[in-house]
Amino acid sequence: MIWNNWIPLLVVLSSLLPGLVIFTLSEKQWRVRTFLNIFGAVAKLGLVGWMLWGVYHEQHFETRLALLPDLDLVLRAGPLALFFVSLSTLLWLVTTVYAIGYLEHSPHRSRFFGFFSLCVTATVGVALAGNLITFLLFYELLTLSTYPLIVHRGTEEARKAGQSYLTYTILGGALLLFGTVWLYSLVGTLEFTPRGFLSQVDAQHHPTLIIIFVLLIGGLGVKAALIPFNGWLPKAMVAPAPVSALLHAVAVVKAGAFGIIRVVYDVFGIDFAASLGVTAPLAWLAAATIIYGSLRALFQDDLKRRLAYSTISQVSYIALGVAIAGPLASIGGVVHLVHQGVMKITLFFCAGNLAETLGVHKISEMNGVGRRMPWTMAAFTIGAFGMIGAPPVAGFISKWYIGLGALEVDQGWVLLVLAGSSLLNAAYFLPILHAAWFRKPPEKWPHEHDFGRHETSLALLIPPLITASLALLAGVLAMLPFSPLEWAKLISVREFYTP
Amino acid sequence: MGAQLIQVDWAVVLIMLPLSAAMLGFLLPGMARNIGLLAALLILFTVVGLGWQLTQTGVYSHVAGGWLAPLGIQLHADGFSLLMLATSAIVGVAVSIYSTGYFKAADDQRFWPTWLLLWAALNALFLAADVFNLYVTLELLGLSAVTLASLTGSKDSVSAAMRYLLSTLLGSLAFLLGIGLLYHQYGSVDIAILSERVNDSTVSWAALGLITAGLALKTALFPFHFWLPPAHASAPAPVSALLSALVVKASFYILLRLWLGLFDFQQDSTVANMLGILGATAVLWGSIQALRQIRLKMLVAYSTVAQIGYLFLAFPLAQTGGNRVWYAVAYLMLSHALAKAAMFLVAGNMMLFGGHDRIVNLDRVVQRLPVTVAAFGLAGVSIMGLPPSGGFIAKWLLLEAALAQGHWGIAGIMMLGGILAAAYVFKVLGYAFIPSPVPHQAVSVPARMQWMALLLATLAIMAGFVAQPLMQLIGIGALFDSTGSMP
Amino acid sequence: MSMLFFYALIGVGLFTLGLLALVVQPHLLQKILALNVMGSGVFLLLVALGGRSQPVVDVVPQAMVITGIVVAVSATAMALTLMLNLSRSSPGAQLPEDQSADS
Repeated sequence: MIWNNWIPLLVVLSSLLPGLVIFTLSEKQWRVRTFLNIFGAVAKLGLVGWMLWGVYHEQHFETRLALLPDLDLVLRAGPLALFFVSLSTLLWLVTTVYAIGYLEHSPHRSRFFGFFSLCVTATVGVALAGNLITFLLFYELLTLSTYPLIVHRGTEEARKAGQSYLTYTILGGALLLFGTVWLYSLVGTLEFTPRGFLSQVDAQHHPTLIIIFVLLIGGLGVKAALIPFNGWLPKAMVAPAPVSALLHAVAVVKAGAFGIIRVVYDVFGIDFAASLGVTAPLAWLAAATIIYGSLRALFQDDLKRRLAYSTISQVSYIALGVAIAGPLASIGGVVHLVHQGVMKITLFFCAGNLAETLGVHKISEMNGVGRRMPWTMAAFTIGAFGMIGAPPVAGFISKWYIGLGALEVDQGWVLLVLAGSSLLNAAYFLPILHAAWFRKPPEKWPHEHDFGRHETSLALLIPPLITASLALLAGVLAMLPFSPLEWAKLISVREFYTP
Repeated sequence: MGAQLIQVDWAVVLIMLPLSAAMLGFLLPGMARNIGLLAALLILFTVVGLGWQLTQTGVYSHVAGGWLAPLGIQLHADGFSLLMLATSAIVGVAVSIYSTGYFKAADDQRFWPTWLLLWAALNALFLAADVFNLYVTLELLGLSAVTLASLTGSKDSVSAAMRYLLSTLLGSLAFLLGIGLLYHQYGSVDIAILSERVNDSTVSWAALGLITAGLALKTALFPFHFWLPPAHASAPAPVSALLSALVVKASFYILLRLWLGLFDFQQDSTVANMLGILGATAVLWGSIQALRQIRLKMLVAYSTVAQIGYLFLAFPLAQTGGNRVWYAVAYLMLSHALAKAAMFLVAGNMMLFGGHDRIVNLDRVVQRLPVTVAAFGLAGVSIMGLPPSGGFIAKWLLLEAALAQGHWGIAGIMMLGGILAAAYVFKVLGYAFIPSPVPHQAVSVPARMQWMALLLATLAIMAGFVAQPLMQLIGIGALFDSTGSMP
Repeated sequence: MSMLFFYALIGVGLFTLGLLALVVQPHLLQKILALNVMGSGVFLLLVALGGRSQPVVDVVPQAMVITGIVVAVSATAMALTLMLNLSRSSPGAQLPEDQSADS
């Protein structure tokens, strides 16, 4: 079908064009802006749904445009690409609704939503990129379009956070660019290929390939917040809550983790990467990051900062699952891409609700919030249990598969990491839950807003409830077709391992 | 109709049009602005005509008045000339429209004739077929550029213009001496004839040294860059844009053309490597200096010093990298011209808006001049070499050549230069977001001044998407392909 | 030939001398004069080289020199104007950094 060649491009344009139009709108035209936002998000969702169905039935979706004399801009919807696209599209819709509610009375909304749309455009482009140069293009676009969101509040603190974010990501981008060009000058192609395209490279170049692997993973690791590149993430918490949600669950951090999957499986190929001996160090690095993030989270009193360190820890599960180099572990790592996204965005939405409704920012102020905002805290509780890895929430599935996969390839030490991290997760989430549900609320909240009949505005309340239900459903219905788990298995069969 | 249009000597029109418009503007100062604007649009149209002609009939050549070189004037246009003519036309039109908002009526009568004269010199330079005409046009260009730089008459700008004049005259004299030697030895000034005759001899080497040094001085290659930052920073914003985007490129254009045509006799790469080292130093020095500046226009001017360094990095790479490297250079010239012109226009807007250009006191311009700040951001993307932009395409090709040949030093310098560029671009953008401790009084900036900056910046970005067709256009006449094959 | 060579040598000498003065002398008038001396050196060299051992003198270098003189005259005029302008706004006709170096 001729249309199939254009659908990946349309998916990218469905947020790019509304975004560009939104920039030109004035603050008062909120109806047009909201319509464009929602229209773009829904259109994107429809297109992605169409492609999901098509790819399941082995159709091909590929847009190819000339970029350089012998390098193309390629957007291709394979199973893995669609997995990430679906996540970001769905969560974009939810986050847009939330952001509309959250920023209702704040200034500069046109600029905010414009960059918000650009950010999602970049994420979708990262997901659909069919070769490394296209990936790089959207990866840098993501860096650039998130910067104005981080400094959105226009305070000196925000400027510093933005500067720190850029210092890390521009350096990371430079590493990635360097590795990419080097790879291209070595092998002459950058096209993502299932099971990799480097295994035929002459053995004398293997040391070079190892350096390139380090460069690429180093560049991606900055966004994926691996040790020692994660200093920017907690600082970036000055941004408004929807931005944090976007950074942590949908866009930036995920783009890094997704890139690691791409490089390991579609550039090097997992078997070849393992034979080069580069996956084991990556696994150790990921494991160290998991423990480090959890430990740091334990000592944060600021709720958003605790969640930020939790993200550092949780995203590294993806890298860990990928680097263990076993089929089951890969499934666990890949599926965590979606699971972590859904759970973490719930937690950030809830944190945003507390801040917006009650002025509560610190964990020490959270006593009894469960009674004041039961729905919000219910969603929070589901997310927190998911993070700990308690069944039947989705997080359990990821950890289960990573654990099984580790045993499959005799990497028992991973179980210790998983157990240790789950304990730490429990240690930093359960006190919050205890305080929220069982402690007595204070006489007066720090900065309370009255939203009438409901505990908070509906635009703020519904998104976390939706994402919490998704987190629950992804766990309970994991065995149904089109569930994240089943799709991850499909990816593993089609793209990762020779059946 | 088409057959007649193809006969038109578009190239002659390209020189005569701005020249006669300059004269008219001089004679009728009251109408200078309208004459200039009309001429600008006509020039753009003429360049399109010439481009169409080139795609149809290949390289164009014309003997003015039937007099052959050395005494007559011969015109020659290939893809590289077309690129430079088109770049000048686009930047020229945008700056012309911008300057209708920037200059008051009193300045108009001084600005327009000189600017049109400069444009005529640029066009004639890009169309010149012999080295002596290159010298004449180079002088015309230099003198009109100095006049424009001293337009405000302030002490800073006059002393900067003075230094600029002394440097540019020195450069021209060295160039003249070089071509005199070439003529003495080989009996011609025609580039095409010279390129067949020039061989490895003492005189050739002396000419190579004099011409390269003279042009490097005019192009402001480190360490000859001393004149550029004050001259570009103290000139009025539209003039700075023209100087940075076009005038320094003109002397580099000559250097590249002669290097490819005449000086390909030298087999060892000493000179090329030396230029590369100077280029690398320029990248680092210019970027670090840019980062240290407290005034926006000085920052942008030092950024030009750095970006010129990139152009010279190509010389060692092209030894074995072949034509791909030269295409990258041509692309860098284009995208830098667009992006840097946009940046200077932005600086002009901010200066008009707040009455100063101190970076730390920009005071929330992002909210109050969103279009201007967007233009700076987009131009910055191209300057940093981030995708998608014209700058990215050029730097990708250069980096690829550097890595393929194992030039680790050059690759490292390029990466470092990109990071430093990001640092100075985002330094500005960061302060654009926050309120200043000393709030300043805002003067409204005409919309066309903002949109022209954005237009140029957007074009610099768009250049990242049309690399293939553009490189085909640049390839007309195969100037670059003599050095190797395009894979 | 040896006479021509002698002229050419003087031309090079003038060029070098002018370059030295351009760099060393702080006063702008001296700098402008230095440039003119350099120019004369170049013109001398061009004319000398043009008088090769041919029966007819080559006219091209002379054409070049005439053009060069025109350029030099206009450039000098312009430089003098700038210099006057500068000396009006500040005492002494020197470039700023030379001033600070002197005082």
